[in-house]
Amino acid sequence: MIEIDQLTKRFGETTAVDSVSMTVETGTITVIVGTSGSGKSTLMRMINRLEEPTSGQVRINGEATGTMTPHLLRRRIGYAIQGHGLFPHHTVARNIGAVPRLLGWPKAQIAERVDELLTLFSMAPDAFRDRYPGDLSGGQQQRVGVARALASRPDVMLMDEPFGALDPIIRHRAQEDLARIQRQLGSTIILVTHDMEEAIRLGDRVAVMDKGKLVQYARPSEIIANPASTFVREMLGDEDRPLRQLSLMHVSDLIEAGDADGVAIDADASLREALSACLWSGRDALPVAQGGRITLDAIRAQAEQPA
Amino acid sequence: MRAVSPPGLVFAIVGGALLCVPFMTLAANRIVAGHGVMVWALGYWPALMGMIAALGAGLSPRPTLRLFAGALGLACITAQVSQGADLLLADAGDYARTSPAAGFWGLLAVFSLLIADALTQLHPRPLLRAGLLIVALAALAVVFWSGLLGDLSIAQEYVSRARQFWTALAQHLQLALGSLAVAVVIGFPLGVLCHRRGGLRRAMLPMLSFLQTIPSLAMFGIMIPLLAWVATTVPGAREIGIAGIGFAPAFVALVLYSLLPVVGNTVAGLDAVPPATSDAARGMGLSATQQLWQVELPLGLPVLLTGVRIVMVQNIGLAVIAGLIGGGGFGSFVFQGLNQTATDLILLGALPTVLLALVAAVLMDILVDLARPVSETAR
Repeated sequence: MIEIDQLTKRFGETTAVDSVSMTVETGTITVIVGTSGSGKSTLMRMINRLEEPTSGQVRINGEATGTMTPHLLRRRIGYAIQGHGLFPHHTVARNIGAVPRLLGWPKAQIAERVDELLTLFSMAPDAFRDRYPGDLSGGQQQRVGVARALASRPDVMLMDEPFGALDPIIRHRAQEDLARIQRQLGSTIILVTHDMEEAIRLGDRVAVMDKGKLVQYARPSEIIANPASTFVREMLGDEDRPLRQLSLMHVSDLIEAGDADGVAIDADASLREALSACLWSGRDALPVAQGGRITLDAIRAQAEQPA
Repeated sequence: MRAVSPPGLVFAIVGGALLCVPFMTLAANRIVAGHGVMVWALGYWPALMGMIAALGAGLSPRPTLRLFAGALGLACITAQVSQGADLLLADAGDYARTSPAAGFWGLLAVFSLLIADALTQLHPRPLLRAGLLIVALAALAVVFWSGLLGDLSIAQEYVSRARQFWTALAQHLQLALGSLAVAVVIGFPLGVLCHRRGGLRRAMLPMLSFLQTIPSLAMFGIMIPLLAWVATTVPGAREIGIAGIGFAPAFVALVLYSLLPVVGNTVAGLDAVPPATSDAARGMGLSATQQLWQVELPLGLPVLLTGVRIVMVQNIGLAVIAGLIGGGGFGSFVFQGLNQTATDLILLGALPTVLLALVAAVLMDILVDLARPVSETAR
């Protein structure tokens, strides 16, 4: 558990982060979202002390970080950033093994861990281990960057716009990979983004920052249903709100008895995908692969503005 | 592909013109001005044919052929000068001296440029370049030790000063490379500090730039009273060889000149590390020292070595001025030659200096290429 307690950062006259308090539960993804200059990156960088707080405290599992040696603290916390920041003069294996090597793991164990992570990110170890970052595609570089952050099985992982440099298609895939790996490993992740859609798709909890202040900290469904301010509403983008809401719910929530024609949809698919399938094929109902059906009317009812 | 290499065409025209100016001179003794002798008057036809053939082959668009043309040209002018010296001295007096003249030097430049141009296009890998350098130096050594050019005036100057020549070489290298080593020992940590502390950088770099603008003669002049004062006031300074004139002031002046390129390129090299890489290195938990040695230094090394290259070539040249204040090195021949109006004695100091600088430049370029990160050279 990470407790952020009245954390404040001032750069001269400007207050980048203004007395933010929040608690991040172990094993969840928390997304900090905001416009540029909202203080979201500064807030995150104070957790591993890349920025020193002006006042306030961060506690990881009850232990205050202010008393630790900064570079030793950072070795316990995974760190992945936009543009990956890989070492261009080191091989993929050496990049991924960087933190374990700092921690003094035995060589064999590092090699094993590198292969394990490459496999986890669907990169064949034999093909990628000895290549240099410059030879990889953008998506591959980004995966190596995240693998490097995970290498030492850190308690906490910080990610600053990790998908910011990727094109939309690879980006979607990278987000799914991250969500899958997080579920698999049960890691605690704090991710910073300016993209509300990414925040809602990935976050167990979403923290919205505006002008250094934490304006709302809640589950994605709560943020969509009850935006705390006009700023949050603007971030959500009013016209997309019903669609965002649908993307958070699953077909399995609305299955009813009965039949329908055409290609079946999976019960795990989101209502947004189901809506899309209805509109595309001109059907009013879809059969569900696991049995039963889902109707366009039921989906529409879910998307309506709450009274 | 073009039918004719454009630089080759320029070399052929210039080379053709150079065949029509005096190739060698013959003088009654080492001081008086001689008279020019045309290349065809030397009567050694194979070499002349070879030169013309080399200029013709230099027109080829194929760089390999141009490379061999350049080598052939160099061999021919060497043979011509060797044969010509025999011919000219055969019926001249005992004190007569013969030297290469404008035609020879011009063609030497043309054929060297031909080789350089071909090499630029061929772009050989660093280790092959090192091999070529060794071959060129070996060829030069063979010409030198075989006595082929032993009749030339410059060789006569060498023979009468053989021992001083090698002492001068040793002093010259001590001055140029020793001052470089000291500059690196001082300048590298200073560069690292400047990279980390913006305030220090803003104070330090303009000061070093200012040092660089002091004319070299003035710098050597300033050192004389300064070190003379040190020698008389600091106990023990005189015993370790510090004096107002001689080696010490020359050495200190060269160190001061070297600082700007070393510090400047250290800062530039460390600054060239991508910000995301530095941020990631810090965020992953590398300590400041680990960041320097594992990330910043390996990535900044090519720029840093470029600074060392600049200093090395610059100091080999500047060390000549040391001759003026009794610092030794090849400069002592140059200034003796100037005093005696003996051109060949000047050349005895100047030519090895040029050769040293060239070899240093080629060697350092090879090192800079080797220091580039693998991923860059792989492409």
